[in-house]
Amino acid sequence: MSVVRPFDKLPVLNSAAILLVGTDEDLQRQLAQTILKEKKDFKISIHLATSLPLPAERDHIRPRIDLIVFMINVQSKYGFKNIEASLAHVDANFFLGKVCFLVTGVGRVNHCSVDMSAVRKLGDVYCSPLIFCELELEGIRISTAQRLLRMLQICAGHVPGVSALFFSSLMRSSNDE
Amino acid sequence: MDASEPGKAVAAEAGTHLASTTTLSRGPAAGRSRLLFGHTPRRRAAPPSPAPQENADPQKMAFLLRKQWALYSVTPLYKFSYANMKEYSRHLSAFVAAEKQKGLAMVVGIDLSIKVIFSTLLGLKGTDRDQAAILVQIASKTQTTSGKEEEKVVWSGWFCCVFGDELLENVPEDFICLPLFLANGAETYTAIIGTWFQKTFDCCFSRLAISPLNLAWMAAMWTGYKVDSHAVATELIFSVPCIPQRLDISYAIHPEDAQALWDTVQNTQGEVTQEEVDLFMDCLYSHFHRHFKIHLSATRLVKVSTSIASVHSDGNLKILQSKYLIGVLMLLTELAILQIQ
Repeated sequence: MSVVRPFDKLPVLNSAAILLVGTDEDLQRQLAQTILKEKKDFKISIHLATSLPLPAERDHIRPRIDLIVFMINVQSKYGFKNIEASLAHVDANFFLGKVCFLVTGVGRVNHCSVDMSAVRKLGDVYCSPLIFCELELEGIRISTAQRLLRMLQICAGHVPGVSALFFSSLMRSSNDE
Repeated sequence: MDASEPGKAVAAEAGTHLASTTTLSRGPAAGRSRLLFGHTPRRRAAPPSPAPQENADPQKMAFLLRKQWALYSVTPLYKFSYANMKEYSRHLSAFVAAEKQKGLAMVVGIDLSIKVIFSTLLGLKGTDRDQAAILVQIASKTQTTSGKEEEKVVWSGWFCCVFGDELLENVPEDFICLPLFLANGAETYTAIIGTWFQKTFDCCFSRLAISPLNLAWMAAMWTGYKVDSHAVATELIFSVPCIPQRLDISYAIHPEDAQALWDTVQNTQGEVTQEEVDLFMDCLYSHFHRHFKIHLSATRLVKVSTSIASVHSDGNLKILQSKYLIGVLMLLTELAILQIQ
């Protein structure tokens, strides 16, 4: 199984799955814990990966992935390259609203190792929103977790009348300069 | 190091990736909208022909070399006049003396143990539209054992602008723009001088830190400058994040190897592009990874030293070759302007 697909499995009733991809494992774990602490009325499963593709052997027990979040730390060029390579293993249907990029580390400009125009370009090329956040700060981590949960609900089809594609086109219009 | 062989492997691999990147134009509007994130241009002009300082004073140029300079960016100076420099010297001398001995009454013009000297640094400009560079020095008089009075420079700082005119549009009248300030000496003096300039010319100083992206630019561009003598190893220092104790990795490359690698990477005449800089660094990274299994791209570049100059991301600079002074200052002027805009 080399490509993650959004519609190859049946959804499970009242549950949703989110996949966090990034090389900064500490931040990833912290964000996952914050998401789990939030109050929610559906079952959530969080999958963590440093890169894609996901291993094939456990694929049969993995639920359908509803939202993929790529965590880009602009202080690590390695992490950025890794995400660029991982994107090749995502099915094109995912980019109809079920992918977003979390960009961290922008606050300390003199630590930036990745050109910001390259990050913006990634968002443009893959038609997916960029969310800028400093996950080290607890307040921002909580609000980001809430935001991701809301997006996940939409992507999993739990919000009547709003589809992932509809939502992402709403996001795009505000992003375009 | 064997420059050609790992270079080729990465060049082929990166080539496919780079083919999809379009080049951003460097219009002022595009630049400004992305300034929030320290956007740097995608291409820069190659170093101008060396030694354009036809009227430069070699003694003063030599004075600028081999000293540790702290970098600052300065907003335009209001109503600074080159004609009044003598007067500024007097005022600033009194101000420095007053700050040094707060509480005591001072008279302007009497003999002080501290003297401030303003002078211009001729030849330190890129085009005729750049303002002349200013050198400020603090000399302190001390009695030697033989009873003779001796003047010793205890602090120096200079303002300059090299090829800044293209980036600076709409500087209002009455303002003189010298965006780059370099200081050497005790920080208390830097603070005092900074305060006086802020009060007198309504400007604002801030420390010029240099991001790893720009350090990579310097590593690549300075490697491309050819030196005749005193070639020293190109050394890159990386700081490893996310571990409790500080760990630095030093990566030294023989200058000829670094130059050979850069010559294979650089192919556009007259300019250096972001792609070339990325490729140059990627080649060095992959060579290092082959030997030590460490991904340097996951660490942060904090210091670059070459035969031309050495610079730390905190904003400390040491210039080693007068031949490429203008080239070094040109890039730093650009960064200072980006910071104040």
